[in-house]
Amino acid sequence: MPEIKQYPNKLGLKGWVVGGKWGPERYLYTLHRVTGLGILLYFVMHIFVTASRAISQEMWERAMAGVTGTIFLVGEYLVFVAFAFHALNGIRLALIELGVLTGPAEQPIYPYKSSLNVQRPFMVVMMILVLVVVLAGGWDFFIAAGH
Amino acid sequence: MSNETEQLQNYIFRVRRYDPARDDEPYFEDFTVPCGPGMVVLDGLWYIKEHLDPTLAWRSSCRMGVCGSCGMLLNGKPHLACHTQVRELTKEILMVAPLPNFDIVRDLVPDLAPMLEKHLKLNTRIIREDVEEVLEPTDQYWQDPDDLTAYLQFAYCIKCGCCMAACPTLATDDIYSGPMPLTQGYRYLIDTRDGAFKERKKILSSEIGPWRCHYAGECSAVCPKGVDPARAIQLMKRELVWDYIRLGKRRHQKPVGLLPKERRATERREGIAEAPEFTIDGAVSPAEQP
Repeated sequence: MPEIKQYPNKLGLKGWVVGGKWGPERYLYTLHRVTGLGILLYFVMHIFVTASRAISQEMWERAMAGVTGTIFLVGEYLVFVAFAFHALNGIRLALIELGVLTGPAEQPIYPYKSSLNVQRPFMVVMMILVLVVVLAGGWDFFIAAGH
Repeated sequence: MSNETEQLQNYIFRVRRYDPARDDEPYFEDFTVPCGPGMVVLDGLWYIKEHLDPTLAWRSSCRMGVCGSCGMLLNGKPHLACHTQVRELTKEILMVAPLPNFDIVRDLVPDLAPMLEKHLKLNTRIIREDVEEVLEPTDQYWQDPDDLTAYLQFAYCIKCGCCMAACPTLATDDIYSGPMPLTQGYRYLIDTRDGAFKERKKILSSEIGPWRCHYAGECSAVCPKGVDPARAIQLMKRELVWDYIRLGKRRHQKPVGLLPKERRATERREGIAEAPEFTIDGAVSPAEQP
């Protein structure tokens, strides 16, 4: 029997972002992954910069001089924002993945309500917390520190 | 009758077409379809096939949201075509495409075989040592209503593939089993009649297990039967984590046995009508069978 040609229809990375009319949890999913990768990238850069101190004082000072300025200040703030979101959303995910915020199985009665409805109030609280932490961090980074 | 005709309104069905014998890439083709109140997308597709283009291909069967054949991407979201009214989705243009995350066989027909292969890999059936009883049952197993509630919601799955099409993890990951197989995996993992927790645990602890799910929740949002795969996957993780730290209830639990003898001979409740007389000569009622 001849093999039937099929057209591959995987969404790929587009599936993370351009999903359609999705709920907020899908965008939090994408943001969680992106912030995770951003923090990882910062971690690698951080290791390289701090490792220069092991070579010599001069190398350390040169490395530190290379990561100062407005762009790096904003970049550092973005790392802080990513960290705040990733940590607080991570707490939500951990509680969901342990079945705490999903609720037990129930009879599906139309209009269906799912575990999304169970965890949503907590999600809203966590996102408000993220906003508060991000604003407080911004005040500390840009105003209190006198940059 | 004339009133019904007046209520008809033209809609553009923008259908994604692909013929493997002719096309290198899928493309969109517009069809004008008159739709009345209550008309579902599947009716529109039949109208196209009967009046506009007989070559249009899709998969459907029961027309009542039971068989799970007609899962499609309608205006960017997975739905059952037989279960979705045209007017509920659009006022003018309806985009109809095959479910993403599956290869396209032709037009609106996705290849669901990889999903069903993953489903089989997770041993989605009751596994017990008393094979004779399973094959030739002598009585029912003893489950209480709570045992039933724990898995019943997930047993309503019709394998339409809508959850698989909505899953962002599956969009970039071929190894991940996906919401439908994992939900069915959990359905049997939690079933008190099942006696294969250790074997299931081994499979689910691997990379095909639930660990790549990070709760985008779309599988539950699009499920046409209210099955809530996202919940099943999280509860499955909890069961496996609890077992890993040796707090799991199922770890030492044996599968339930048959209904105890003292519970079998129950009195007939009042008000239940008697069965009608047999219409076949020689038939014996179950109560009179040896």
